[in-house]
Amino acid sequence: MSRFGMVIDTRRCVGCHDCVVACKTENGVPEGYSRDWITEEMHGAFPTLQLEIRSERCNHCDNPPCVSCCPTGASHIHERGGVVLVTHDKCIGCKACLAACPYDARFIHPDGYADKCTFCIHRVEKGLDPACVSVCPTHCMHFGDLDDPQSEVSQLLSSRPHHTLMSEAGTKPCIYYLT
Amino acid sequence: MMVNLSRRRFLKISAATMAAAGALDGSFHVMAGSDKPVEQGIRTVPTFCNLCFWECGAIATVRDGKLWKIEGNPLDPLSRGRLCPRGTGGIGAQYDPDRLRSPLLRVSERGQEKWKAVTWDEALAYVADKMQKIKTEHGPESFAAFIHGLGGRFFKHTLRAFGTENIAAPSFAQCRGPRDVGFTLTFGADAGSLERTDIENAQCLVLIGSHIGENMHNTQVQEFADAVGRGATVIVADPRFSVAGSKAKYYLPIKPGTDLALLLAWMHVIVEEKLYDQEYVDKYGFGFEQFVAEIQSFTPEWAYPETGIDPDTIRATAREMARYRPATLIHPGRHSSWYGNDAQRSRALALLNALMGSWGRKGGLYIPAGMSLPDYPFPPYPKSDKPLADNPNNRYPFADEVISTGIREATITGNPYPVKGWLVYATNLINSLPNQAETIRAIENLDLLVVVDTIPSEIACWADVVLPESIYLERYEELHAEPFRHPFIALRQPVVPAPGDQKPNWWIAKTLAQKLGLGAYYPWNDIEEYLRARLKAGGYSFEDLKRDGIIRGPQPPIYFEDGAPVAFDTPSRKIEFYSVQLQKAGFDPVPKYTPPEPPPPGSYRLLFGRAPMHSFSRTQTNPLLLDLQDENAVWVNAQEATRLGLRSGDYVRLRNQDGQVSNRVRVKATERIHPDCVYMTHGWGHTSKMLRSAFGRGASDAQMITRYKTDPLMGGTGMNVNFVTLESEA
Repeated sequence: MSRFGMVIDTRRCVGCHDCVVACKTENGVPEGYSRDWITEEMHGAFPTLQLEIRSERCNHCDNPPCVSCCPTGASHIHERGGVVLVTHDKCIGCKACLAACPYDARFIHPDGYADKCTFCIHRVEKGLDPACVSVCPTHCMHFGDLDDPQSEVSQLLSSRPHHTLMSEAGTKPCIYYLT
Repeated sequence: MMVNLSRRRFLKISAATMAAAGALDGSFHVMAGSDKPVEQGIRTVPTFCNLCFWECGAIATVRDGKLWKIEGNPLDPLSRGRLCPRGTGGIGAQYDPDRLRSPLLRVSERGQEKWKAVTWDEALAYVADKMQKIKTEHGPESFAAFIHGLGGRFFKHTLRAFGTENIAAPSFAQCRGPRDVGFTLTFGADAGSLERTDIENAQCLVLIGSHIGENMHNTQVQEFADAVGRGATVIVADPRFSVAGSKAKYYLPIKPGTDLALLLAWMHVIVEEKLYDQEYVDKYGFGFEQFVAEIQSFTPEWAYPETGIDPDTIRATAREMARYRPATLIHPGRHSSWYGNDAQRSRALALLNALMGSWGRKGGLYIPAGMSLPDYPFPPYPKSDKPLADNPNNRYPFADEVISTGIREATITGNPYPVKGWLVYATNLINSLPNQAETIRAIENLDLLVVVDTIPSEIACWADVVLPESIYLERYEELHAEPFRHPFIALRQPVVPAPGDQKPNWWIAKTLAQKLGLGAYYPWNDIEEYLRARLKAGGYSFEDLKRDGIIRGPQPPIYFEDGAPVAFDTPSRKIEFYSVQLQKAGFDPVPKYTPPEPPPPGSYRLLFGRAPMHSFSRTQTNPLLLDLQDENAVWVNAQEATRLGLRSGDYVRLRNQDGQVSNRVRVKATERIHPDCVYMTHGWGHTSKMLRSAFGRGASDAQMITRYKTDPLMGGTGMNVNFVTLESEA
């Protein structure tokens, strides 16, 4: 079994939003919405500061609250890589998943269904990286199989300090941030 | 996640989205209405980007006849297969609902934005007629042009054939000019546009106010991320804790306007402690002893009260630089027209590089290489017996390009002769030149103002004739073959048809030349014939270039140590630590520091810079890029904001020392900026009513730059010399 995940190097990321706009064109995300976004987290006081810039999106959690709360089964874990997906025509737009997601990763598409990052599964199935990963000019993002110890993502995690977002929520996110 | 939106914006978007979708459908259903079948399936077209002057190689994908996406061309040495956010979002320019669609002729007072749509024939006949009148009454030199980028090439050609050399690029006096002059005075060559910065191999990178990562010069950002990733020492001096500052080993929170003091103190330490590359300096340097004598007094202790950087840090960073030389790159920067002493500050940057022995060396400033590409043969240009209008009596003796603000001044004063016509191509002069009132005063003296652009920019609002250019995804272009680390030739070619009556720059310039009776200067029928002939003369295949988008040349040596040519085109044929030509012209032969004027109590120095997702004031109506950032904010030091009772998100207006008041703009209260200054990204606060989706969003730094300090060496306009107060907006 593969378990897809991302490892994102916050030291390299400059927060340019290329990942955001690439997702929008690749996936036809409607104007005013985004499946991924940039967060800047700052600590300290001028001039002694630390800034972490992160490209964020659905964490494709191993324990996804958006799936367990879905009344119709539209939100589900895909057999390939454990990617969390939404079947559009099963979704009734009830927003339970929007409320359940601690990462605010979902929105209701103007066509009425819950929408979010798909890890560009349509690309991954062709052997390509997700659009955000493939465009990043800083090469800060890596996509791969977290269960394969030889994969680039696993190698990075074994060699660099990292964290996930809101690990205390128990969602077991599959996106890791190198620090 | 929903982007933060006010309800009003959300409603507006819904309407705009439908309008944009309609426009897209419209453009392609025209084809459906004809006998042509609607295009089905997916095709890719290699071309190169036009969202900024870097012009990266790209591959556009069309799905069922519509632009789907655009990605970097892996063969291209600039993009290395990856575009920046502006490039990735570039396709939005194609369905920008506000783009110009047909030629426009003014029907009211200038600046009132009342137009009638006319045919190309009418528009160009009008322009040619007015140009001929100016030529007859005043001479061809009385017609001037302001041009930005590669697309201006054919307009320059037409105007040189017409008989004028008064063709300015604001990118000289308002941007890179001071840097280029400072480097040329020192090394006999400038830093290049594609800068010759070998960040890829630098072990120590020094950035003085240069905000790589927020400015997205693609290759530099990629190399910068690599440098950070492999643990190179990064030293950043900036009054703002920039993104680059956040990656730095040493972040130096310098007082605004004191960079030259820091540079002099660094050089003092490096000389005092004999940390420089002695062999390199002995071999290539001129006037080193005099230079040493001149910098004796600039100790770190002297620099401390000026810069706010403590002497220990100045010494530690100087030693860190020396530790990695010659792979220590003091970045030349790009936008360098800051304080009016900018060519001298840039000369100090050059000298610090010279001490590191980094010019011509791996990890420093490499020797770029281009490809041989003969020009298309055409008749010689007429010779003028008049001097250029921009720099009477050689007032700025080291200006080596036309000074845009000098043309403006000549237009106002009529000295050295009247300037009665302007052609403006792809530069929004209202926002690119300082002091908008002076620009408008100059425009009032014109008999003809022609603006060629893709969108109705502010300068277009003042035009007599507006000529709509097709966007880069709809046209061929002059070949892109700038010297770079790896020699290349890139082709721009049409991906989709223009949706209205827009035309490519080459067609506009050629047709105008024909109307002016200058058809002999365009001895080719269409651009393909021209490109094919140029490539053939260089020994390259047009078909190969159409297929791949890029032709790469053999890799020559780019470092002295590998055999790159060692040549310094200075009077001494060496690196000029001491400049006799500056001394003879009455300037400091070694840079000297003058403290900047401090902000008046309660005022802040206004600084400006770039956002990664917008270019100049040219991309704010691109729906994809507008969605990433839909207004700017004014950065205010958090303590100062608290003192003023301001919180992030509050609206304020800026009022400058001359009483100029800005549009309302949101506050970003942040620890990331020095309390002496405020900062905003350039390009917002549009006043063109035709830029409907960007109109009134954010504030314009350009509007607040009523004051500028002219560089006495080369006429550059230092623009970081304005002070503002913040007025709360209920």
